[in-house]
Amino acid sequence: MKGVTLPKTISEKILSEHAGSELVAGDIAVVDVDVVMAQDGTGPLAVNQIKKMGFSKVVKPDKSIFFIDHAAPSPRKELADSHKVLREFAAQSGARLSDINEGVCHQILVESYVCPGNIVIGADSHTCTSGALGAFATGMGSTDIAVGFALSKTWLMVPHTIKVNFNGKMPPGVYAKDLIIYLIGKITADGATYKALEFGGSTVQQLGMEDRFTISNMAVEAGAKTGLFATDEVTKEYLEKQQMPAGCFKEIFADKDATYQQVIDIDVSKIEPIVSKPHTVDNTVFVREMDKTKVDQVLIGTCTNGRLGDLAIAAKILDGKKIAPWVRLLIVPASKGVYLDAIKAGIIEKLINAGATIINPGCGPCVGVHEGTLADGEVCLSTQNRNFKGRMGNPESFIFLSSPATAAYSAITGYISDPREVLI
Amino acid sequence: MADKSKNNIVDNELKVQENKMLQKKAQPNTDKGILEGKAFKFGDDISTDLIAPGRYFHLRSNLPELAKHLLEDADPEFAKKIKAGDFVVGGKNFGLGSSREHAPTIIKIAGAGAVLAKSFARIFFRNSINIGLPVLICDTDKIDEGDSLQIDLRNGIIKDITKNIELKFNPLPEVMIKILSEGGLVEHITKNKGFNL
Repeated sequence: MKGVTLPKTISEKILSEHAGSELVAGDIAVVDVDVVMAQDGTGPLAVNQIKKMGFSKVVKPDKSIFFIDHAAPSPRKELADSHKVLREFAAQSGARLSDINEGVCHQILVESYVCPGNIVIGADSHTCTSGALGAFATGMGSTDIAVGFALSKTWLMVPHTIKVNFNGKMPPGVYAKDLIIYLIGKITADGATYKALEFGGSTVQQLGMEDRFTISNMAVEAGAKTGLFATDEVTKEYLEKQQMPAGCFKEIFADKDATYQQVIDIDVSKIEPIVSKPHTVDNTVFVREMDKTKVDQVLIGTCTNGRLGDLAIAAKILDGKKIAPWVRLLIVPASKGVYLDAIKAGIIEKLINAGATIINPGCGPCVGVHEGTLADGEVCLSTQNRNFKGRMGNPESFIFLSSPATAAYSAITGYISDPREVLI
Repeated sequence: MADKSKNNIVDNELKVQENKMLQKKAQPNTDKGILEGKAFKFGDDISTDLIAPGRYFHLRSNLPELAKHLLEDADPEFAKKIKAGDFVVGGKNFGLGSSREHAPTIIKIAGAGAVLAKSFARIFFRNSINIGLPVLICDTDKIDEGDSLQIDLRNGIIKDITKNIELKFNPLPEVMIKILSEGGLVEHITKNKGFNL
């Protein structure tokens, strides 16, 4: 087949280019990687593995990053020791360090590191977030990432692709988070295992970059290896706003006759505000159809929904109101940049006045380490991406997932509530 | 400098645990690729939060200690019950969730000879290969808690001795067999001075 170029999916295109040979879905290849990262939960083990292989430097210092975001600032001695390991190794190996003041890894990557067409590997399952920029971005374990730091290479199987077309106009009160939760409910938590999701359809033009990050972020909740968007003017403007170097933007799109294993068409006009119920993300129900569910804690933030637009819609709903007396409302901006913008826009003030507790940028209580662990029997409504048993530090608690609008309105009523009651 | 010695202590502890486990497992059949042990049965969608709970995040640099909490939210006594060579048997989508390699690592440290499931989440599967833990896809509905299993890794056959039945599992792709047979990805890279797949 030499010399013949087959029509390709986005994954096939990016991986072929990096391997220097024509690849199709199912092929296994060793490829060069552009961006490599680990965080404080997975980084110390990656450092051990790098040392075990006898390496002391990273190949691409400017694109190798250790993030301290999962337990930041450190809540206990053992984690303080882990953070120290990362700080010292970063200094010695040449890698970049994103310390406790910066924010959650996936947000910092899309703010400052990732370009369309890149291969991004990270020791965190939500690395797929960068797929929204047209990058092949995927999560791996510490050992794979150690090899990525040390050799700037990894091995990959080229995934088959499921094309998801979101068509139609987004109804009022429905957001990107509702779209992705709805999709996962439809295809289930292993509906895309080992595969890439490619998002398209007429709705995409209405989605800003923040919306696309939310959708790509949760690709892994359907088991997917990555969740990709083609690039367009929205991508280009975003990269310019982020002051990424000239040449960062590149057109990334699938060929017209690319082979998809499955095509899923979704009419978004039929989607309503939706939640994932405990303890799996695919356990979905429209808020309108739910039994009355009292909430103890509401979390708005994280790598899924901690961006400016998310905090803005929450502030719009909470402006001049008070949260229910039995509710704790936690706000976790995804990054320092988001936090500053939210302060400048008056968003943080509105949220605090409504009764919110603002947590420093990072993962917050989502990983179950600190900053909002739940009590036995308590219910949390969160904008995070995952609601597994024990996720937020207590297996005897219950986590529901929703959009920031649903979360904000529910904080006021004290029950999981449909935000269309105030938005329409 | 204090840090380095601390890491070494953790590393050494891990090695001691691993060696103990390997000694326990050193049965006559091992070198022929035959594994023997009892089945511990779990359900569908066993997440990495169940395998290595987030509330023990601080133990991630102390894996033998973390291994004491292996799967405790699914079965509080499991870490005490499992013996070297036994098998963790799940339903569909085993290991979904986070990228934490600590999850398959503590299954290995606890002594499990392999994990059997109807299907695996991608990152967990890949991590298991990288650390040298066999992960086998088969119809686990036919296996019950406590069944004695004998697994022939080379020929892809699982014998349920308790039930006197045979199950087949699909052989892994060659790339994965190579990494697994060399002891894991670190060993592969060290031996070949880079990728040689």
